[in-house]
Amino acid sequence: MSKDDSRRVILEKVMRDHGYQESALLEILHKAQELYGYLDKELLMDISGSLNLPPSHVFGVATFYSFFKLKRPGQHVVTGCMGTACYVKGADEIMQAVEREYNIKRGEATPDGKLSLLVTRCIGACAMAPTIIVDDEVIAKATKEIVLQKIKQVLGGT
Amino acid sequence: MNLADIQKIAEQEVDFERAYKYRINVCCSSGCVPLGAFKVLKAFEEAVKEFGVEKECKVAKTGCVGTCSVGPAVVIEPGDYLYQNVTPEKVREVVRDHIVLGLPVKGMLYGNPAFFKKQHRLVLRNAGKIDPTRIQDYIAMGGYSAIVKCLATMTPQGVIYEVATSKLRGRGGAGFPTGQKWGLVARAHGKPKYIVANLDEGDPGVFANRTLAEADPHAILEGMLIAAYAIGAEKGYLYIRSEYPLAIQTLQRAIAQAKSLSLLGDNVLETGFKFDVELRFGAGAFVAGEETAILASVEGCRAMPRPRPPYPANSGLWGKPTLIQNVETLANIPIIIQNGGAWFSKIGTPRCTGTKCFSLTGKTNNPGLIEVPMGITLREVVFDIGGGVPEGRKFKAVLVGGPSGGCLPDALLDLPIDYDSLTRVGAIMGSGGIVVLDDHSCMVDTAKFFTEFCVDESCGRCTPCRAGLARIKEVFAGITEGNARMEDITTLEKASVYIRDASLCGLGQTAPNPVLTTLRYFRDEYVEHIRDKTCRAGKCFKKEEKGVEQ
Repeated sequence: MSKDDSRRVILEKVMRDHGYQESALLEILHKAQELYGYLDKELLMDISGSLNLPPSHVFGVATFYSFFKLKRPGQHVVTGCMGTACYVKGADEIMQAVEREYNIKRGEATPDGKLSLLVTRCIGACAMAPTIIVDDEVIAKATKEIVLQKIKQVLGGT
Repeated sequence: MNLADIQKIAEQEVDFERAYKYRINVCCSSGCVPLGAFKVLKAFEEAVKEFGVEKECKVAKTGCVGTCSVGPAVVIEPGDYLYQNVTPEKVREVVRDHIVLGLPVKGMLYGNPAFFKKQHRLVLRNAGKIDPTRIQDYIAMGGYSAIVKCLATMTPQGVIYEVATSKLRGRGGAGFPTGQKWGLVARAHGKPKYIVANLDEGDPGVFANRTLAEADPHAILEGMLIAAYAIGAEKGYLYIRSEYPLAIQTLQRAIAQAKSLSLLGDNVLETGFKFDVELRFGAGAFVAGEETAILASVEGCRAMPRPRPPYPANSGLWGKPTLIQNVETLANIPIIIQNGGAWFSKIGTPRCTGTKCFSLTGKTNNPGLIEVPMGITLREVVFDIGGGVPEGRKFKAVLVGGPSGGCLPDALLDLPIDYDSLTRVGAIMGSGGIVVLDDHSCMVDTAKFFTEFCVDESCGRCTPCRAGLARIKEVFAGITEGNARMEDITTLEKASVYIRDASLCGLGQTAPNPVLTTLRYFRDEYVEHIRDKTCRAGKCFKKEEKGVEQ
């Protein structure tokens, strides 16, 4: 990780703004993920060095919270909401359909790195359940057909 | 800015509003945005110009009115006409007929007045009525007058007395008396003191706190200010889920506005009172809602609970006295101060005063956000407000209290909703999720789903929760795949009771609730799964079929 990397410079500023305090670790990890898309080993080691925290602590926190991604996500990301309301309304069937269509499991990316399939616990859009997020778009009252078509559309665009 | 200036802003704003004959409130909360609310907002802005009524018609973006299933929702005042499923194409017609010709478009109005009839909106008093991005809107509705009242006329002890008189109980789930908690922190030794406002709404299927933050962020901030004044805190942390981008944005803006009017900062309204609020972001951990776990998370660590005592009131953030309060509790505070604790204590039931917000979801005709007086029955919520079960299906159960709540059958529908009644039947108030299930749902599968959730979310610190829930998950796998024996029911019961009684924190102690309640009220379904290997809802024993399909 080069110090010339502008993302790294921004991250350094965020750490400096927080006075390199231990208590700001979550905020710093959030920012790092926002900048880099995910938290790889090198990045976590770098943060642990900057904050003067043992790597075990930084890795412990990063792996504890499900929001932090430790693997590089695919170019396009499909996230299924698996909250109660979505589950009751059939979100699982939609996820199974995506898994079958692209031959991947939840939490995985396709071998070409084009598509990731993730699960989130609840996005709080329960009245429009089931909801599936394709890239940044929330699909409300989703069906298998709509979701598969949307994925095809975003994949076609790359 | 001083105390009198707030009153001036309110008066100016009311005058400003009076210039408009109509107000068009377009719901732009997380529910309506994916359905196209911003396009509808823009269409209204253009249509009022097109018909030349922009001077008498204010178009405002607001928070949620609660009818999330028929969004985008638009309310036209005066008269509170609620338009449903509004699309940009229909906007012209609404402006032409309703505003220009004075004839509401009947075919587009929300046709279900029962949804609102039994509600009592206190916490959500401003939701859907004010623009959450304008602090002036909140002030015009009497906002920040409660903190002005506290600073000008009340002692901290007087504020605590008023909150205690209201008999308000914590809305985060456990229902601890709020006034009592404030008294404990106020009397605790050690400085500085902290406030942590909990908006880590981790229960899947619940969105009441999110909606509150998106619709009326200043009500939360004012509640924090009043609490800070009462207990002598100078710093507050508002802990919010990162999965709620719109709520985060709304709160960030609200905090900046409150600072610019010196409602937050080193010298609040020139009174010498000091209080500041900082946002902290959660990162997807259900257990972080537990009060000692949230403290660990604010400190930048893994959100793992610790044994109590010491209680956070004496030893919380960095070992200092800390008040932890759910945001819904805090939003109740300004109205208690404005109207008095005695007034508040008459709402609801004698032991559980006030109202509760619920996310009503699942197989219901009217999903959405509701606020009801404590003591209302489940039947009223499910059938009157919720309008029953859609598509002529049969009601089967109602899940109250999120993934560690209980599944209650038809026979318990006349139960009044309050902390004590719910606990008696094996459910919990939790953070306010009500999910309706019809005969498509298998109760064994439902209990399995929640167990899997709790296995994933168990922090792993104590053995009963970590190992016990994993064991229950294994048993469920056997039951739903056809490899189970009748003794497995006993195993489930024994393990559940062990986890409930021996776990360290609320997550483990309540995690077996779905298992225990389904065993108690829907035992025959377990027996059918084990003995006959059949699932009356057709959810289980699907493994082989899937293989064939592929």
